[in-house]
Amino acid sequence: MGSTGEGIGRRDLIKRSVALGLISVPTMSFLSACASGGEDTSTKGPDKGAVTKENPFGVAKGGKLDVVVFKGGFGDDYAKAWEAAFDKKWGTTSSHLGTQEIAAKLQARFNGGNPPDVIDDSGAQQIKVDVLAKGGQLAELTQVLDAPSLDDPAKKVRDMLLPGTVEQGTQGGKFVALYYVYTVFGLWYSGKLFKEKGWAEPKTWDEFLDICTKAKAAGIGGLAHQGKFPYYINVVIMDLIAKKGGLEAMKAIDNLEPNAFEGNPAALAAVEAVYEVVEKDLLMAGTNGLTHTESQTAWNQYKAAFIPSGSWLENEQLKQTPEDFDMKFLPVPTLADSKLPFEAIRAGAGEPFIVPEKAANKAGGLEFLRSMLSREWSTIFAQQANSLTVVKDGVDPNVKLRPGTASAVTAVKAAGSNTFSYLYPDWYSEMDTEIQNASNELMAKRIQPKEWIKRAQAAVDKAAKDPNAKNNHRS
Amino acid sequence: MSQVAQGKGRIGFIAGFLFLPLALYLTFVIWPYIQTFGYSFTNWSGQSPTFDFVGLDNYAALMKDEVFRGALWHNLLLLVFVPTVTILLALFFAFMVNVGGRSGAGGVRGVRGSSVYKIVYFFPQVLSLAILAVLFGAVYRSDEGGLLNGFLTKLGLVDPAHPVEWLNQPNLVVWCLLLVVVWHGVGFYLVLFSAAMQSVPKDIYEAALLDGAGRAQTFLKVTLPLLWDSVQTSAVYLGIAAMDMFVLVSTMTSGQFGGGPDHHSEVMATVLMRNFLYFGKSGYACAMGVVMLVLTMILSIVTLRATRRERIEF
Repeated sequence: MGSTGEGIGRRDLIKRSVALGLISVPTMSFLSACASGGEDTSTKGPDKGAVTKENPFGVAKGGKLDVVVFKGGFGDDYAKAWEAAFDKKWGTTSSHLGTQEIAAKLQARFNGGNPPDVIDDSGAQQIKVDVLAKGGQLAELTQVLDAPSLDDPAKKVRDMLLPGTVEQGTQGGKFVALYYVYTVFGLWYSGKLFKEKGWAEPKTWDEFLDICTKAKAAGIGGLAHQGKFPYYINVVIMDLIAKKGGLEAMKAIDNLEPNAFEGNPAALAAVEAVYEVVEKDLLMAGTNGLTHTESQTAWNQYKAAFIPSGSWLENEQLKQTPEDFDMKFLPVPTLADSKLPFEAIRAGAGEPFIVPEKAANKAGGLEFLRSMLSREWSTIFAQQANSLTVVKDGVDPNVKLRPGTASAVTAVKAAGSNTFSYLYPDWYSEMDTEIQNASNELMAKRIQPKEWIKRAQAAVDKAAKDPNAKNNHRS
Repeated sequence: MSQVAQGKGRIGFIAGFLFLPLALYLTFVIWPYIQTFGYSFTNWSGQSPTFDFVGLDNYAALMKDEVFRGALWHNLLLLVFVPTVTILLALFFAFMVNVGGRSGAGGVRGVRGSSVYKIVYFFPQVLSLAILAVLFGAVYRSDEGGLLNGFLTKLGLVDPAHPVEWLNQPNLVVWCLLLVVVWHGVGFYLVLFSAAMQSVPKDIYEAALLDGAGRAQTFLKVTLPLLWDSVQTSAVYLGIAAMDMFVLVSTMTSGQFGGGPDHHSEVMATVLMRNFLYFGKSGYACAMGVVMLVLTMILSIVTLRATRRERIEF
């Protein structure tokens, strides 16, 4: 090739130019993408409407509203329904984009100064909220909190929210993100199966084991779990600890205390309780190696009585769930002498909605968020996405919800202020991973509860040396 | 145009084509390597532009990191077994498909139906690693729904209440993964070796046959020496693949970026990714990257040196 003294042969020339083309084409687009930042397109917003009590942000009638939502486990039908309602009320024209690639679609728009008006900034490819907040890209949403609620103009929007919503969306002292989807964690079962077998909802761990035993005798697995992701079984273990030992036990773990696990009788009792399921052979066959969809689908096929998960479960399994399955939520049953009642649940909010500071129709975006916090829109979400929102009693009792969501609503009401939420998974991912590994070994019967405690404490002690540990503390 | 002018024009022409690719290569390949090297001496978190210089701390921590050492051990295991098993199987099949048949006098050909085999063997290579992971996920599934478990249960070898949790067994998981890689690779190397075998003149084989060589002798004394270049290249490629293994391990095994159960299938790339993207220890992860780069380079050089032989011309 080319060694016969003729210089570059024709064929090589073609080959090389093709290779060059292959490299340069994507490079060029990359370069041009970079070049788009900086310039201020100075998009002029529509004329402002008059600020009144009904229109606290001064939304102009007949403007445009640009909405981008993460199209993940909740789909995006709810957002389309919202936009239709918004357009009807304000005479606006909404443009809708449902996507999983939030960062790819929006980074350039933020840099170019023409971001959308409302964004559900969620999913694996979200743009980190703290990064946006630090860059001054987010509108402060405190004005939404202080605006009158649509349901009861005598009250402010902030009075309609479940506790914790404002704290969660606050960055550097400013409330900038509305975490909208309220998630509860616990166990789930089929109402139909339980009715058929004449089993009652277990409230204590002994009752729970009893049903697992009966299930096993009937040829059904007792507890299924998403073995490939020990995250889920950790919900059971950690909730048992929090319920038995109270909020102090939970905070000790989050605050990396030297006796968070070791020397904490509540922790040992909780792990031993879960291990009893393994030892008595009450797990669904093979569940330790299954993914979340595999095990949840097996559970939907009545191969197991219980499965742990968050309240996204119903929507996630929509297609696999038989019509008459009658999905039911169950708070993790309590051990003897627990400090928290059976009704207590782990709960927290997800899916941050934001309004960009440079949004063309910022008033429209803020009004959109205010509407989201009305009972009407919250009900739309519960119906379309089969999940709860951060709006207190946010679902119209006359509306028929899917059974799983309905039972979660009941559980949230029953729990009242008895909710708790671990922070260590967000603060210390390495520690979380190590505890998950230990749980996987426990469920596979390769280690004993005492060894689990030892490993979990070692993970805590290791995290305590993390430089981040100085910044994180809860009281 | 004079000779000289033509020569000059040609150099400009060549330089024009070489400059841009070289510049791109330097910017997008070499420069990141240098950056990685630099970051490996810092405590960069990967999430903020600020970091401190920590000297050799990351490398010192790496020496003590049991998870990384375990990962290195798995990579070495794979390094020994992936190339050996794949190449041996591929050579055997290629030989049978091309030369192994015996029919008629002096005929050098493959076993019956060899053209079909060649195509069938190549099938796995067409599949992307992602599909492969899904496919073998179904094979190794840990309940009765899994292909292996279903099969073994039917045969009565496995108790349906306690199926084998293939990828959740500390001492099975690496071998399960090895099988996938070999299954995937054999077809490609079979075709590669077939092509090499076909370029060997038939008279050599005929001569061997006339001298009364059996299949084994023909293979060892004739085929293998003539294929040595291909085998050597394959070994390097497979060795590099064994040093990586990221896609399969991260999608098929449990844990963030795979490596489970309890680090028993960890490879260097999975530990690296977890530290880089999940634990926020990017500087530490860069140190791992440097170690991987050095190991891979040593591996390539050693393989090429150790397998160097006299070239046989034909």
